[in-house]
Amino acid sequence: MSDIMSFRIIVLAKQVPDTRNVGKDAMKADGTVNRAALPAIFNPDDLNALEMALKIKDQMVDAEVIIVTMGPSRAAEIIREALYRGADRGYLVTDRKFAGSDTLATSYTLSLAIRKLEPFHLLITGRQAIDGDTAQVGPQTAEKLGIPQITYVEELISIDLQQVVVKRRLEQGVETVKSPLPVCITVHGSAPACRPRNAKLLMKFKHARTYTELQEETRDYTQLRFEKPYLDIEELSGDALEADEEKIGLAGSPTKVKKIENVVFQHKESKILNNSDQDIEWLVRQLIQNHIIG
Amino acid sequence: MPYNLKESLVNNVFVYCEINEEGHIAEVSLELLSKGRRLANKLNVELEALAIGYRLENIADEVFTYGVNILHLADDKRLFPYLTLPHASIVTGIFKEEQPQIALFGATSIGRDLAPRVASALRCGLTADCTSLEIGNHTELKSNKVYQNLLYQIRPAFGGNIIATIVNPDTRPQMATVRDGVMKKEPLPSPFSGKINHVEVQKYLSDVDFVVQIIDRHIEQRKVNLKGAQIIVSGGYGVGTPENFKLLYELAETIGAEVGASRAAVDAGLADHERQIGQTGVTVQPKLYIACGISGAIQHRAGMDKSAQIISINKDPNAPINQIADYTIIGDVAEIIPKFIHFYKLNSK
Repeated sequence: MSDIMSFRIIVLAKQVPDTRNVGKDAMKADGTVNRAALPAIFNPDDLNALEMALKIKDQMVDAEVIIVTMGPSRAAEIIREALYRGADRGYLVTDRKFAGSDTLATSYTLSLAIRKLEPFHLLITGRQAIDGDTAQVGPQTAEKLGIPQITYVEELISIDLQQVVVKRRLEQGVETVKSPLPVCITVHGSAPACRPRNAKLLMKFKHARTYTELQEETRDYTQLRFEKPYLDIEELSGDALEADEEKIGLAGSPTKVKKIENVVFQHKESKILNNSDQDIEWLVRQLIQNHIIG
Repeated sequence: MPYNLKESLVNNVFVYCEINEEGHIAEVSLELLSKGRRLANKLNVELEALAIGYRLENIADEVFTYGVNILHLADDKRLFPYLTLPHASIVTGIFKEEQPQIALFGATSIGRDLAPRVASALRCGLTADCTSLEIGNHTELKSNKVYQNLLYQIRPAFGGNIIATIVNPDTRPQMATVRDGVMKKEPLPSPFSGKINHVEVQKYLSDVDFVVQIIDRHIEQRKVNLKGAQIIVSGGYGVGTPENFKLLYELAETIGAEVGASRAAVDAGLADHERQIGQTGVTVQPKLYIACGISGAIQHRAGMDKSAQIISINKDPNAPINQIADYTIIGDVAEIIPKFIHFYKLNSK
């Protein structure tokens, strides 16, 4: 790795439906998820990851934070969110061909995008996304890139040009781990929260757009973009990444969804029970059947 | 590289056995061995266990009590405590040779770190946090191709609002992780007289597997995590005594919940401040909120009324919390919680 170039940190992030806000209004009368009622947000753990990257950038003489996300055109929103908080630039990995990707196809695709940004020093991402809760994309991307991984990271202890020391949060306690660079770190939700938007950065980046977004704008951005090239959010398609068609999207996904069952949350009057064995057993069975507990 | 099933090999069911601090097999792995035994019976194949650690000579007896036919022991000083890369290299190498059709891992900080790395190396499918595993057939809609005896990997998704059944028709092994406590531990009355295969670890390892080093580790109490909890058992002033409050912890332990409290309970010294839910405490939105002896002042309700399901256990039929509860059990917390635990244990799994 060259010493001349700046310390490069890549943050992987995802735009997700806010499943935490699935209250009673987010379920339709038939018990299915009302997706329209769920706002699309910056995946919470990925914000913790972004904060860790920005904190490292603050400590380094010359560091840059690059945000990479995969998703539809709309996912450029979270790239702007990251720019407002201190990221330097962003890439949107987007193509209809990527639709239906499971974690394996996703990590393959992301690894191609990250290879375009080599050499990098750190790859940081959230432990898991709240829509799938798999925690698989970080480790799988690391494997595709052939770099080590440190998962469940809660705290950055130290970093220099050669190595990083972090604290991991496990079920039973904590572990302090040291790794050479580059390494993939997945950040736990208990890590420090992300800093808010910075007013100056908001002004600087509020017109940052992808090429696709520009097509939908009525305003002519030609002059502005010529003067301020940092407003370009680059899109990376399957072709741009020279992706193997057999390894992306549905074709590249070994897991197939066989069946989807909606969990029905009925909105009804409070049902009054007494402390009899029958009543309590009935309730426990209801909760187990509806996958609420057990 | 992915592999297709070879006719010449019997493709067995594998369970990765986690080794805990005391040098024993972790509970979740024993639960998976029981599930793996059932799956193997159904498929008419053998159950194999893979344990990676140091000084593992004593685990064999325990493993064979769960119906394991072959135990692979990778025993080396460098293999405990768990490190991603050496464990991943050994698991990947053994899977390539033995070609299991199913491989199960605990959905723990170890299993969820290891399984994706292995699945990526083998280019096979992996489903996280399964709540149920079954064997069944699958017909692919496009080609009408029928796949016999696939592993149905059933799991909640979308924040627990849907239940998805996942299959891996074309790649092997079919990999899944399962959380602690989801499957039932079923030791057999008489242990199998299984075989032990001492793994030649050096064959799978290289120096680069040890670039990440553990500098320090210590076991400590977990912090209270109300925000991340799917289920919260919360107590109010009406719980009455510290003894009764212990029942809430017992219930929470049983059903995998976190314990919360109302301000009144915190002020009365029944619970620590970090557990307080409400306007001046934490705001939560779990899948299930069980309010025990909580009257439901507006300040408390503000912190929990977005919960998907609410159960109120209260002596007072007119407690305000009952108005927002889906279920209200009228009665004494000290009487109802033990019954709830009893019937949960009776009906779950």
